[in-house]
Amino acid sequence: MSSLVSDKPKAQPARPYDGPPDYRVVGQHGMYPQLSHDEISRFNFLAHVNRHLSTQIMPGVKEAFDARVEPKFMATQGRGFKDRHEVRKALLKDPMFQWWSALRRATMETRQQAGRWVTLRQADHLNAKAKALTEHDQRLKLKPDLPLPRYVEAIDHHCMPGSYHTELAEGDVTGPCNYDIGIFATTGGMLGRYNDGGGQAIAAWVKEALPDLKPQRILDIGAGLGHNVVPIAQAFPEAEVVAVDVGAPMLRYGLARAKTMGVENITFVQGDVSDLSDLADESFDMIHSCMFLHETSYASMPKIFAETHRLLKPGGIVFHVEQPQYTPEMPLFEQAMRDWDAFYNNEPFWTKMHEVDLDSWMVAAGFAPDKLIHGGVAAVVDPDVFPQAAQDTKQEDYGRKAAWHVVGAVK
Amino acid sequence: MSKIDPLVLAGAKSKGKRPYFLDTDVERLTNIVLVLAQELAVVRERTDTLERLLEQSGVLTRQEIETFTPTKQQADERGAWTQEYLARVFRVLQQEREALQAQEASSEEVADELAKV
Repeated sequence: MSSLVSDKPKAQPARPYDGPPDYRVVGQHGMYPQLSHDEISRFNFLAHVNRHLSTQIMPGVKEAFDARVEPKFMATQGRGFKDRHEVRKALLKDPMFQWWSALRRATMETRQQAGRWVTLRQADHLNAKAKALTEHDQRLKLKPDLPLPRYVEAIDHHCMPGSYHTELAEGDVTGPCNYDIGIFATTGGMLGRYNDGGGQAIAAWVKEALPDLKPQRILDIGAGLGHNVVPIAQAFPEAEVVAVDVGAPMLRYGLARAKTMGVENITFVQGDVSDLSDLADESFDMIHSCMFLHETSYASMPKIFAETHRLLKPGGIVFHVEQPQYTPEMPLFEQAMRDWDAFYNNEPFWTKMHEVDLDSWMVAAGFAPDKLIHGGVAAVVDPDVFPQAAQDTKQEDYGRKAAWHVVGAVK
Repeated sequence: MSKIDPLVLAGAKSKGKRPYFLDTDVERLTNIVLVLAQELAVVRERTDTLERLLEQSGVLTRQEIETFTPTKQQADERGAWTQEYLARVFRVLQQEREALQAQEASSEEVADELAKV
């Protein structure tokens, strides 16, 4: 047996490496655009900037809050903070919060430009590829005259120019493709090879929490480009999966992407999930949303919950995966930090959605109080190459950590 | 030829009034500096790849790099790269131009609107 130990001294790193993996670990499905060496380097840089901001700069915001923001407020007002909005407004005057915020916003905008350059320079090729994969496929059901909900039309969510719906050319898929390829940079690789750490977590959670559930029909509401529904469709290969979203480009890209990954049991349907009257009563065993409710509105949420109640078979399960609600137990500082994406990353409803009692909204939609479900999940990723949110104690990237709450009900 | 011009559209502004946290000029400059830092990292990584591959294959010497002169075609390709580069560096000014032509609500205003039952 030969010795594997070299006599040559190896270059020792200054410290153990704990940063994001190289972008090249991201999964290359068939709708993936061509990325040059420089374009990959941009995503590497941006993943590192986001990781640096959350681990090295953001803790300074809490330190500044304790050292000067809160004491100054107490001294001038003669009382503590009443609510998270007072905290945020006080933080806005502090240089540490200002600089962290300015850099976080700049990083998000730079990430958008980096991804859009990649997809727009090869738009014709990507759009032709999506067309070849989806044309005449009955699993893509578009409604070109569907009115956009105000919550989509009013603002481009997470500073993504054109949001989920804009088409720069006929059959455009460059928007979702940009979304897909850049999630790595935004999360520092926390969502795994196919950005599906959330969907994988849902599949694992359902199998553990409900081992007897053998869903025949599954509905994903607010599915986007389907990155979270693909692992669910893979986990239940016998099921017929329906993914609904308002954005045609997302659905077109979603079907093409899923097909190139060998996933054939998802139908992508364009619709406003507050009115799914095209779908029959009691026709689904399982309905879920993943990081979706915070992009809707108070006007639509009761309708969404009512639709899930109507669409579920008796004994069926519905659940929504979201960041935790703002409860009285959550410190106001944490609530204010979690509101950052609402006010400064174009997620306006985030703040209002997280303050309501979701249980009472579910009950109002017809679910029995004793049939409500609560749980928690963390992104499931390949631990050899990706950072694991469940084990990550170094950062609490308020609102962006890849660990979520589950609220739902059995009908 | 595609009607989509990535040089213009890649840096498009997202809908919604942009918040500023610092003196606006300082923040604009911060955005420019961030992208310069990004492109420095890009070049650094490319150089790193190059040096590692050269080290493996041993086909080039440093002297050949020092004395290299581009042809017309090569110089044009370098110029096109520089155009793309500057569109990245000056994205925030492009979005100021776009903001001049848009009437948009802030996230706070939209949050209140969306909370109306």
